[in-house]
Amino acid sequence: MQGYFWFAAKRAAQLFAVVFCGISATFMVTHLSPISPVESALGRMTARSNFAPEAVESMRAALTEMYGVNEPLINQYFNFWARLVHGDLGPSLIAFPTPAMELVMRALPWTVCLLLTSILITFVVGNVMGALAGYNQNNRFLKAFGVVAMGIQPIPYYIVAFILLVVFGFIWPVLPISGGFAMNVTPGWNLAYIGSVLQHAILPASSLVLVGFGSWFLGMRALVSNIVTEDYVTYAELAGVKRRTIVGSYVIRNAAVPQLTALAMTLGGVFSGTVITEQVFNYPGLGSLLVDAVNGGDFSLVLAVSTVSVAAVATAIFIVDLLHPLLDPRVRTD
Amino acid sequence: MFAVFRDLVRYNIEFAIGVTLVGFILIFAAASYFAPTDPNLIYVVIPDQPPSAQYWFGTNSRGQDLFWQLSTAFRNSVIFGVTVAVLSRIISLAVGLTSGYVGGWVDRGLMLVNDIFVAVPIFPVLVLFYFVLRSDLNSWTLALIMACFGWPFDARLIRSVALGLRHREFTRHAVFAGMSTPKILLQEHLPYVMPIVFSTFMANMLWSIGLEVTLAVLGFTNINQATIGTVLYWANSHSAMVVGVWWWILIPVIFIVILFVGLFLLAVSLNEYIDPRSRLRRMGA
Repeated sequence: MQGYFWFAAKRAAQLFAVVFCGISATFMVTHLSPISPVESALGRMTARSNFAPEAVESMRAALTEMYGVNEPLINQYFNFWARLVHGDLGPSLIAFPTPAMELVMRALPWTVCLLLTSILITFVVGNVMGALAGYNQNNRFLKAFGVVAMGIQPIPYYIVAFILLVVFGFIWPVLPISGGFAMNVTPGWNLAYIGSVLQHAILPASSLVLVGFGSWFLGMRALVSNIVTEDYVTYAELAGVKRRTIVGSYVIRNAAVPQLTALAMTLGGVFSGTVITEQVFNYPGLGSLLVDAVNGGDFSLVLAVSTVSVAAVATAIFIVDLLHPLLDPRVRTD
Repeated sequence: MFAVFRDLVRYNIEFAIGVTLVGFILIFAAASYFAPTDPNLIYVVIPDQPPSAQYWFGTNSRGQDLFWQLSTAFRNSVIFGVTVAVLSRIISLAVGLTSGYVGGWVDRGLMLVNDIFVAVPIFPVLVLFYFVLRSDLNSWTLALIMACFGWPFDARLIRSVALGLRHREFTRHAVFAGMSTPKILLQEHLPYVMPIVFSTFMANMLWSIGLEVTLAVLGFTNINQATIGTVLYWANSHSAMVVGVWWWILIPVIFIVILFVGLFLLAVSLNEYIDPRSRLRRMGA
């Protein structure tokens, strides 16, 4: 147990290092850039209007105070952290005066649910099918499956999402292709709303599943086809252990350890895929929010979304790492 | 080198298919050097013409011949992918070899940096760079930024090989003969990790071109330069699917799938070739 504690503590320290560096980098990129947020916001606001020069001047003063950019960079940096601890990153511009953090928190559950569902499905189904394919290497169905997985897996998220959108939006319009739920239902814990949410999640989730599935299948198949030649598997087979027990308890469990590591390493990439998938299906998550914020020139909101996504992905990786010793007892004693 | 290639084509069907697909795309991309007009010009041909004998892939709503447009786009994207792959290979070699050979706190420090880079979600970061740089973000800057994020997985792979090389006799020999550390890394250890560099090269190109497509489709790159992503961006912004200019979407998508499947097959088969166990199984030994 003490071993596990040390393992967890080490990982937690790493989590903090990652979050700290990631958020600091986010801050640096936005604040060291030659483009001032005040001027770009001002340019956007005065572009199609007729303000008096004095009004522009006072807007500039207000915006400068709001972003706090007149102070030295180091003070801005400390202010940024002081405010971030309280979850405050300033008001958003595109939905003024709603705090940017509130918009992020509104979008976060959508992204988390979408990601969680699709990752669970891809990881479990992909690995189990991959293990079966590695163990029964002459099965025709699983072989054909491998070819399909190889064909779909490398295609970028955007293309798969777009193909689904065209197929189910134009050619055979059976599924909703836009938004998180239908306009005519009231949000809350009622059947109509939940049904609508699930229905709207089908296409975004399936495009994530289609892309993500292949790598687990192929990875697991390669791992298992190496493991089945190990002595302990042959021994178990000779001893008459049931095939299901061999695959389930001996082969998959050993092969799952590197797959879990791989899961932690690909989470960032899957998150990137979610951003674009949400954009394609107009899903009300973090990805759509980020794109809206960039298009609207909303400085605080971009910073808030980036900060939260860095922290969220790092936390997710941390959780996956904590699961490691449950699968592989050797990690604990390290 | 040639013998390796021959063996791969003969014993590895995936490699053969991959070479064919990628070769096809490369020839198509190279054709852009013979384009009759500057592909960046708009309204040079009649817009919205379906594929015909004169315009093989049709023309788009911006009055460009889609064949030459797409050809240029693939050339730019492939060059972009190669640039990112070369740059990030250099970083991953430097980090991986140093960290594996030197060990100690250098290793721990570099691997901590590595873990941080693995955990940062790249897409929001790239969007952030676009947000602050806007029109200053040309494809070279973008390639440089992506290269800075494309090395950590491969650096770890290289490090694991370098760790094993460190205690081999020839390394000790070289040390006692007075060879300097950079020289040992470059002359003695580099050849051992080259297969990894080649196979991860393809995987890295897949990754970077895929990200570029994603960014460009949203309009977050220089949209006036033809790349795979910007072709789709313009098709979307002219609602090609809705107004019935389907060839503007369908043909690029087919070509993208060909390129990605080809690169992926190359990466997978080279990866397998590195592992002697699976190589022997495939050759039927």
